Amino acid sequence: MPDFDILFFLEVLVGGLLAGVMYSLVAIGFVLIYKTSGVLNFAQGSMVLLAALTFVSVRERGVPFWAALLLALAVMVLLGMSIERTVLRPLVNKPPITLFMATLGLSYVIEGAAQLVWGTQVHGLDLGIDDTPLEFGGILVSKFDLVAAGIAAAMVALLTGFFRSTRIGLAFRAAADDQLAALAVGLRLPRIWAAAWVAAGVVSLVAGLLWGARLGVQFSLSLVVLKALPVLVLGGFDSILGAIVGGLLIGASEKLSEVYLGPLFGGGIEGWFAYVIALVFLLVRPAGLFGQKEMA
Amino acid sequence: MKASLYRFPAWPGTVALLVVGYGVIPIVGNSYLFEAILTPFLALSLAAVGLNLLTGYAGQVSLGSAAFMAVGAYAAYNFNLRVHGLPLLATFVLAGLVATALGIVFGLPSLRLRGFYLAVSTLAAQFFVQWALTKFSWFSNNNPSGVIDAPSLRILGLSFDSSIGRYLFALTIVVVLTLLAWRLVNTQIGHNFIAVRDNELAARVIGVPVLRTKLLAFAISSFIVSVAGVLWAFAYLRTVEPAGFNLDRSFQIVFIIIIGGLASIRGAFFGAALLVVFPLILSRVGSFLLGDRFDSGVLDMSQRIVLGLLIIFFLIAEPDGLAALWDRLKRRLLSTPNNL
Repeated sequence: MPDFDILFFLEVLVGGLLAGVMYSLVAIGFVLIYKTSGVLNFAQGSMVLLAALTFVSVRERGVPFWAALLLALAVMVLLGMSIERTVLRPLVNKPPITLFMATLGLSYVIEGAAQLVWGTQVHGLDLGIDDTPLEFGGILVSKFDLVAAGIAAAMVALLTGFFRSTRIGLAFRAAADDQLAALAVGLRLPRIWAAAWVAAGVVSLVAGLLWGARLGVQFSLSLVVLKALPVLVLGGFDSILGAIVGGLLIGASEKLSEVYLGPLFGGGIEGWFAYVIALVFLLVRPAGLFGQKEMA
Repeated sequence: MKASLYRFPAWPGTVALLVVGYGVIPIVGNSYLFEAILTPFLALSLAAVGLNLLTGYAGQVSLGSAAFMAVGAYAAYNFNLRVHGLPLLATFVLAGLVATALGIVFGLPSLRLRGFYLAVSTLAAQFFVQWALTKFSWFSNNNPSGVIDAPSLRILGLSFDSSIGRYLFALTIVVVLTLLAWRLVNTQIGHNFIAVRDNELAARVIGVPVLRTKLLAFAISSFIVSVAGVLWAFAYLRTVEPAGFNLDRSFQIVFIIIIGGLASIRGAFFGAALLVVFPLILSRVGSFLLGDRFDSGVLDMSQRIVLGLLIIFFLIAEPDGLAALWDRLKRRLLSTPNNL
């Protein structure tokens, strides 16, 4: 590199960190389900798509913002509950990989159904957050990204509060800790799973709106799942903190490598670079950053 | 106990299948049957056999099969293009060896990772290979969009370029590799695969070289899957692009072995048959029921839905797949009536 511009470096870094927050947003949905039921939910991406597509399509039919939000929320809640009833319950006690395959099938069903109902065209989504760059000491930062990061932070705070200080949150943690013990003290696991899927549905609605505003609402939105997976591998499947730190790490290193290493490879490396980062990291620390040892 | 080394599948059934495949179908079939159904069925079956060795028998989940199909197709294309006078089958074998080497590299994480972590890491192969084939036009002889055209299929002066020829060509390769795979799972190596899958620690205790077995599974599986990719490109589509080997294709092969039955060679064929035939049936039924409203978009989406439902259904109702269903049916038919 001819001359290393520290301001430019910082700008890329901040941009990457903020992009990473968007990855974390999707990854958190995974963690919620994995923690409580041990299922790696590949359908998370299609849930993001369904949520955003429902919201946008309803909005386009003239429904006010909050009503559309509530409606999309209702769809996600119903979806979460029916998944627990029709897919999880019959597959209780099956090996985790079987459940993973089931969510793979589920992702096909949700993607297909969402687009069958709402069509396949691309929708623009305007959340009313303007994307003017703000300047902080010579570094340009997207305002939209900052708002998204704020929303993500609020959501994490909310989830943490929920886990720490509500009875359902306590039940969640009990189920995550030891399913048998949770059953023994009388917790109704199916209900907890349903609640976890509903929570993941709500998270995917938030992620869907923010990602949808970024990329437009279309099929490729469900591919954000592929962005979240390396984040999960890095952060551990069962740690919300890991999802956030992993997201930041992946986002930053992805953007930096795209800018500084990308030209060496001819560009376009963001599709697989995150996986390589995660893999190299895992070879050193198989449980990820914050994952439990035995999960590796 | 030397004989057990050479245990082939039940002879009468296999022979009957071969007679039908080589003797009956070429006579009664038409070019639609060969080109649209049988050739893709054979290629996908072979890919599923390869993945089944890795996932069904050795227990290492891979979500990157399509990448290895692509490696096979593009490597065979390049060997054929750049090394003059190389026999066609030699290019296949070389392509398979390239995929084998790559399979070992991408199999390395399996030495430390298990379960989901491994499954996710195999996605790296998927994205990396697709990126490389699109990015570097050298692989496609400087075609700007990475498209390659299959060479003429000629072996010892015999041309296999007609639709029936391509079918027979694919059939022969699939038969040979399937028999080898079938033998493999009945040898010590195959038992090692299963031991590693069922209980790694126990396998290590009884002296199975776990690490070597895993890498061997990746190597053999990659070889077979890549040859399936060559068939897909050379015998079925004739013109392929890297996007044809995307994540959906990888999932398709995973779905085949789930629907057909994990750890069953026969299941790979059942699953492939269902996955090739069912979109055709669905489009017929759909246009019959809905008429013009059933356009290609709707077909596409309903295919996804039905496929997804099929997977969930099989996982819940018949986790051992069509192969188990077949065994049960056979037992029922073979047992005497008073047993029923």
